[in-house]
Amino acid sequence: MNPRLPNSFRSGPDEHGHFGKFGGRFVAETLMPLILDLEKAYAAAKADPAFQAEMNGYLKDYVGRPSPLYFAERLTEHLGGAKIYLKREELNHTGSHKVNNVLGQIMVARRMGKKRIIAETGAGQHGVATATLCARFGLECVVYMGAVDVARQAPNVFRMEMLGAKVVPVQSGTRTLKDAMNEALRDWVTNVHNTFYCIGTVAGPHPYPMMVRDFQSVIGDETRQQMLEHEGRLPNSLIACIGGGSNAMGLFHPFLDEPSVEIFGVEAAGHGLMQLHAASIAGGRPGVLHGNRTYLLMDDDGQIQDAHSISAGLDYPGIGPEHSWLHETGRVTYLSATDDEALDAFMLLSRLEGIPPALESAHAIAKVKELAPKRPRDHLMVVNLSGRGDKDIPQITEILKGRKQ
Amino acid sequence: MTTRIDTRFAELAKEGRSAFVTFLMAGDPDPATSLDIIKALPKAGADVIEIGMPFTDPMADGPSIQAAGLRALKGGMTLRKTLELVRGFRKDDNATPLVLMGYYNPIYIYGVDRFLVDAKAAGVDGLIIVDLPPEEDDELCIPALKAGLNFIRLATPTTDDKRLPAVLANTSGFVYYVSITGITGAAAADSAAVGDAVARIKRHTKLPVCVGFGIRTPEAARAIAETANGAVVGTALVDALRDSLDAQGKATGKTVAAVADMVASLAQGVRGAKQAAE
Repeated sequence: MNPRLPNSFRSGPDEHGHFGKFGGRFVAETLMPLILDLEKAYAAAKADPAFQAEMNGYLKDYVGRPSPLYFAERLTEHLGGAKIYLKREELNHTGSHKVNNVLGQIMVARRMGKKRIIAETGAGQHGVATATLCARFGLECVVYMGAVDVARQAPNVFRMEMLGAKVVPVQSGTRTLKDAMNEALRDWVTNVHNTFYCIGTVAGPHPYPMMVRDFQSVIGDETRQQMLEHEGRLPNSLIACIGGGSNAMGLFHPFLDEPSVEIFGVEAAGHGLMQLHAASIAGGRPGVLHGNRTYLLMDDDGQIQDAHSISAGLDYPGIGPEHSWLHETGRVTYLSATDDEALDAFMLLSRLEGIPPALESAHAIAKVKELAPKRPRDHLMVVNLSGRGDKDIPQITEILKGRKQ
Repeated sequence: MTTRIDTRFAELAKEGRSAFVTFLMAGDPDPATSLDIIKALPKAGADVIEIGMPFTDPMADGPSIQAAGLRALKGGMTLRKTLELVRGFRKDDNATPLVLMGYYNPIYIYGVDRFLVDAKAAGVDGLIIVDLPPEEDDELCIPALKAGLNFIRLATPTTDDKRLPAVLANTSGFVYYVSITGITGAAAADSAAVGDAVARIKRHTKLPVCVGFGIRTPEAARAIAETANGAVVGTALVDALRDSLDAQGKATGKTVAAVADMVASLAQGVRGAKQAAE
């Protein structure tokens, strides 16, 4: 069944936070008044030119935007097809795209008079960005992180603590990102009066998926302008990796109503789609978790299943609701890359361009390897390099050592 | 339509006392023991029974109830088996109201229409679904009311007078007032503040108001029963159950009695209340 196509792919969500049947506000009553307040506060901020001006100032001088759109000449030559550009989000302060969203949310929190910020984190990139901006604005910061991720992303844990944040290792459930999110929600329910929950991706109850997308759309807006400057025309295709999907949504959203632009999201296929993985669209179905209806990995009883990815940032059994809708409408094509494909892509980009990508972003590079050779040389392909690989070097070193033995 | 819940609260009003509402997780620690426990509850003094539907990601629950859900899932519990449990209970008891409490996803996956038919047929009287606020009433609340089940809503300290009418609009059976901002089993409820909150809710509705989260002792249950139409205890019972298990988390010969004894002592607290709320 092909759902009725909308006039625009950029007009969502509706006033109830729905993208088609996805999204919504599936939260406990204690939180409901808070997310209604947040919705109002965000609408007011969005309409306030002073808010935009202040945010643009920090984006330029603190984050270091605009991030470059870089022609990857040797990768292009190597693959022998499409002309490949990298959107260099890894050059942002804190090393990933996460900071774009955190800056926006922290500024909303300040407008709301909230003094205590909580966040969940998987790889630690969102936690680091949140700890960084809390330091900058003098706010208390508590980051929930699955105990498994605390162990595999030690450099980021140290970094958050150095920035003054309290990192709470989460021991419940599977001890990864989904449980960190449960625990952050439990904190929020308990400390409703002074606490702002800074969600790291385009998921959660309305208005988070919309708000996070808006803050990340700076990626696509810049890409559009930069590509016009470089090539005098729009790109032909866009590719980005997807855990919750915020870097992808940020790149995609400004292009959704350009029918000439092909768009690809890349989920984490872990050990393979027949085994443990984190590809919610490829291997899941619609359900309700963490405040929204979206594609989820679950069993026949509706119990949420463990995700697996080599990349802690993609190790989540769900995906943002707007991606679920873009999948069902067919506007975006969702692919997946395995752990091994991501590792190979990590090595390839390091060797050819001198740019080690985050393991998350390496999933997108892995699909560039497949798609670019099949496209003509005048095809302009943009891949979002959402984070830098420095944090992954200890983990990758261990894996490579294991292979030699 | 009158449900067992309506009938029970009407009887209790005549007796001039408040209800003792128990919460335990379906299938904790295994389906057979769980059925024995639930069958023992009315005799031990439970007036209304809430049964948790296990879920992997219970966002509003503290560590005790999370662990109970995981024990049940490990023991093979599913939503279908939870309904079997209800059928098993109804074989011997057609009077005690029984409410299922949990999260939406397992019901959504089971299929809302099929679930409502099966739940009603099994002998369920009402539903409490933590992650379905009034904003999502079309999902399950309205279909449940049409199917003749009560939909019991949670009101919380953050539900202000402006919002209360929306929360109460499609509520039936009773109102469940969450006495603290927080997760189950976390903090102790302050009975004076709870009294004010119950009075505030009663200005907006004629439904009975039961209070839960943070009630652990007979004394606390009595204090709450003096201001509300019912006191709900969950974590303390789940903890008593857990403490009776062996090192592998399996039921022992003491498990059913441990829960029943705790229910009896809490029920005495509720029955010792000086007067019930009007």
